[in-house]
Amino acid sequence: MAGHDSCADGGASGVNCDEALSTLYTYLDGELTVEVRATIAAHLDRCRYCDDAAHFEAELRVVIADCARARVPAPLLERIRAVLAEEARSA
Amino acid sequence: MTVADLATFQDEALVYADALYGAALRMTRDRADAEDLLQETFLKAFRAYGRFEAGTNLRAWLFRILTNTYISTYRKRQRSPLETDLDEVEDLYLYRRLAASGLNRSAEDAALERLTAPEVLEALDELPEQFRIAVILSDVEQFSYKEIAEITGVPIGTVMSRIHRGRKALQRALAPYATEQGLVDAPSA
Repeated sequence: MAGHDSCADGGASGVNCDEALSTLYTYLDGELTVEVRATIAAHLDRCRYCDDAAHFEAELRVVIADCARARVPAPLLERIRAVLAEEARSA
Repeated sequence: MTVADLATFQDEALVYADALYGAALRMTRDRADAEDLLQETFLKAFRAYGRFEAGTNLRAWLFRILTNTYISTYRKRQRSPLETDLDEVEDLYLYRRLAASGLNRSAEDAALERLTAPEVLEALDELPEQFRIAVILSDVEQFSYKEIAEITGVPIGTVMSRIHRGRKALQRALAPYATEQGLVDAPSA
């Protein structure tokens, strides 16, 4: 598989590249157990290809989040405040 | 809810208005619908605020109301690609394509920087709805799998599957924009 010939870990961390890459999302999501997380981190320390992948996925997530962020238009926020005030008075 | 409760609610809940509005835009893919959805969400939340347990996760509670309101009122007929189509897509699709072309880390970062907001939003908006919502809640709002399960009312395993498949689909959709002609082969799929 492309890039794997550059792997200096060779499974010494306890996982190979395929295993590390298949766990990468869960790793970046912070949803692994402490033990598995440490194993993946050890692999990334020694494998350039997988570490680049982790870096890329993390950066991509930042790009997506930045693009999807929005600000409520001020008139809408005013309308919502008015609707809530009306609801509070009528309750 | 009284006028006194109103002040508390506004202090506590309206700080999430921007985040909820951003999610509403991606759910409805329509500005007017997103505005109505946000207003309805806050009104419902205010009416139910007495049943909200102080000290629990207000942000997740508001997103649950948003998601439920969207699904019950604003959901539109799907115009998305077939979900089964996604099974053919590789994990880490975009990275693998760039790495296979021999790009180093800075060139990969440059490829990400070439992505524009309209391109990313179009790719997001074309995701099947369940995947789109899961990706927004995870990658934009950074909710945990458990929180997303509670917000969307599905098991954690389903949440993980939706996030995973949503990311794959998103990467495939973004590939043509992230790649430069001649630098990386155009995606065949």
